[in-house]
Amino acid sequence: MELHDVWFVLIAVLWTGYFFLEGFDFGVGVLTRLLARNRAEKRVLINTIGPVWDGNEVWLLTAGGATFAAFPEWYATLFSGFYLPLLAILICLIVRGVAFEYRAKRPEENWQRNWETAIFWTSLLPAFLWGVAFGNIVRGVRLDADFEYVGTVWDLLNPYALLGGLVTLTLFTFHGTVFTALKTVGDIRERARKLALKVGLVTAVLALVFLLWTQVESGDGASLVAFGVAVASLVAALGANQAGREGWAFTLSGVTIVAAVAMLFLTLFPNVMPSTLDPEWSLTVTNASSSPYTLKIMTWLAVVATPLVLLYQGWTYWVFRKRIGTQHIADLVH
Amino acid sequence: MDLALAPETLARWQFGITTVYHFLFVPLTISLAALVAGLQTAWVRTEKEKYLRATKFWGKLFLINIAMGVVTGIVQEFQFGMNWSDYSRFVGDVFGAPLAFEALIAFFFESTFIGLWIFGWDRLPKKIHLACIWMVSIGTLLSAYFILAANSWMQHPVGYRINGEKGRAELTDFWLVLTQNTTLNQVFHSFSAAFLTGGAFMVGIAAFHLMRKKHIPVMRTSLRLGLVTLAVGGLFTAISGDTLGKVMYEQQPMKMAAAEALWDGEEPAPFSVFAYGDVDKGHNEVALEIPGLLSFLAHSDFESYVPGINDTNEALQEKFGPGDYKPIVPVAYWGFRWMIGFGMASFSVGLLGLWLTRKKFFLPAAYRTGEDEVPHLVLLKKPLGSRLTRLYWLAAVWTTAFPLIANAWGWIFTEMGRQPWVVYGVMRTEDAVSPGVSQAEVITSMTVFTLLYAVLAVIEVRLLVKYVKAGPPELSDSDLNPPTKLGGDVRDADKPMAFSY
Repeated sequence: MELHDVWFVLIAVLWTGYFFLEGFDFGVGVLTRLLARNRAEKRVLINTIGPVWDGNEVWLLTAGGATFAAFPEWYATLFSGFYLPLLAILICLIVRGVAFEYRAKRPEENWQRNWETAIFWTSLLPAFLWGVAFGNIVRGVRLDADFEYVGTVWDLLNPYALLGGLVTLTLFTFHGTVFTALKTVGDIRERARKLALKVGLVTAVLALVFLLWTQVESGDGASLVAFGVAVASLVAALGANQAGREGWAFTLSGVTIVAAVAMLFLTLFPNVMPSTLDPEWSLTVTNASSSPYTLKIMTWLAVVATPLVLLYQGWTYWVFRKRIGTQHIADLVH
Repeated sequence: MDLALAPETLARWQFGITTVYHFLFVPLTISLAALVAGLQTAWVRTEKEKYLRATKFWGKLFLINIAMGVVTGIVQEFQFGMNWSDYSRFVGDVFGAPLAFEALIAFFFESTFIGLWIFGWDRLPKKIHLACIWMVSIGTLLSAYFILAANSWMQHPVGYRINGEKGRAELTDFWLVLTQNTTLNQVFHSFSAAFLTGGAFMVGIAAFHLMRKKHIPVMRTSLRLGLVTLAVGGLFTAISGDTLGKVMYEQQPMKMAAAEALWDGEEPAPFSVFAYGDVDKGHNEVALEIPGLLSFLAHSDFESYVPGINDTNEALQEKFGPGDYKPIVPVAYWGFRWMIGFGMASFSVGLLGLWLTRKKFFLPAAYRTGEDEVPHLVLLKKPLGSRLTRLYWLAAVWTTAFPLIANAWGWIFTEMGRQPWVVYGVMRTEDAVSPGVSQAEVITSMTVFTLLYAVLAVIEVRLLVKYVKAGPPELSDSDLNPPTKLGGDVRDADKPMAFSY
């Protein structure tokens, strides 16, 4: 295994980490409309992710930075090519971050409602758009000989990618729902479990079609295994949810995300962005990667820093392990 | 294509707008994190309530500010790929590494420990909670360090070679990128300026309350801390600005010649106080100068030759081929002056305040004040009259934002002064833009960012004003009795959280 292969794996790990973590906080954002019955319950939901959403989002920034450093060509093509969808994601993430921090800073109901609306839409839209983006990456896009994207924004909205978007949206919502069941107490917890069944079933159907499509188009033996794991763990997550095993349900929905992302990256390899115009023009781990020296430095960084990050982020989750209910939300403005 | 709407021009405007905006929040975040950490340390060590109230008050303003810094920073991480894809392809091997270091080391630090700090008041023992804000502070400093190393490489590329076959720059010495003199001086200068900014912010707000005789114990302490920060930060900003200037004279003589509107080399060279000239003809029509001072700024003596814009342009043409290597001279010239002017104006307010509010040093015993009194402003032997006192407080309030203006112009100066290069001597800005991104796309993103940022600015400032006016919060029982166990003491399972969104 050469260093650029290692880095392909590490980039996949970073995106997996991002979707695993931000996946449930996007989901919780969507639930503020789907599950919460009143403002107190909305606040319960928002506070389950309060201390951690920002740290979750850094996985995205790290994936971006690491792609820039390890695969500059990939970074350049991806972000200039997917210009408008990425712009939409950035706008959402900006508004979303401010919404969390500022919502409770004024007592006016209007002020708070507006930010709550913002939290819903800015969670829903990126959850959908990331799926569209990854659908297109896996499917391949119109790249010319200079690895420039020559398609239009409409080309990105093809059925396969749109289905991918629906899969990430529903999967993240499911992940958020089982997370809510795990992190809350009282009525909302019960309803989260009931909702998880419905959302989970929709997710299962959509994911099955999308992953099967992926497997048929560009899969191999390894991706088939990942496909199997993804489907099995999603079904198992539903079972665990029905059995009231909330910890297991969350773990298994996480495994689903891990396996699904792994499957996408497995079908992608050794490409990082296939060209639909000419296979010669595809970006691969070899022609997109940085020099061995840079990759070596980056590897040292990853080896030292990643375990530390996991350690202290994990510790954060442990510190805030208590379930939250409406009784824990003080009626105060901060 | 019309130059005003050329993709390069638009991409530069977008980068300028989003970066200057982002940098309004960065220096305040860096300095307030450390200052809040300092105040909280004082609380943990002395258990004096005024320190905890100060921590909460400044901590709130810090959080309102860092939220904006964080979200506007996301754009920065992706903008290189979006609008500057040819730049990213060419320099990614070198430039990407510090960005990845920044994300993996600094961003995780900041974001994780800020969450722990915000929500941790009733979940973490006192000392561990305190450690969290220090971690945030370290995170902000590391973050700034890595991104400044990346920027310094654009100003003065080192530790790389050009790979002709791949058509890109490749890293050969990462350590050199992190420790070259441009990086170290730039880091020193930016850190000092950050503390100058935070100091002025604290002084301005403390002055606002002291003028109204409100929240005296907390604001008295804050004033003192702010003044010391402002004075020390200002002093180091000046010192590091001088050394950075000397480095720039060596590495980018054109930038510094433009900063002085020195069209033709002179020996000794004067420092320009005011100039108005004809850029096309390449000379000044009006010039007010201090003889020899520029030679001193460039080389530490009053006699040396300093090359001018026209000489440097010719030298660069010889080296890099025909072309115009001049930046926009008026922007460099005035940017340089506004940076120094606004920064040093704040520094002066700080120095003056430090003297006026001295506690014992040459201060007649009768004018010493207690913890709950507004300090007298004593110039020599007697306190200032009420009008002059008010004037000083007002000056402190009105100069609160001066360092923000200075920071912005400092960046505009150093970035525009480097033009036409994006990486000095290696890559031109016009070659760096994304070839595949259309004019319409850049116009869309620039418009959307500008409008969104404008709206957020209004929201943020109004929120800051609200919390500034509200003053330090009253302390609750749970504030004064922090938990002793990790995760919080299980005294009452249904007890509301000390902080919730």
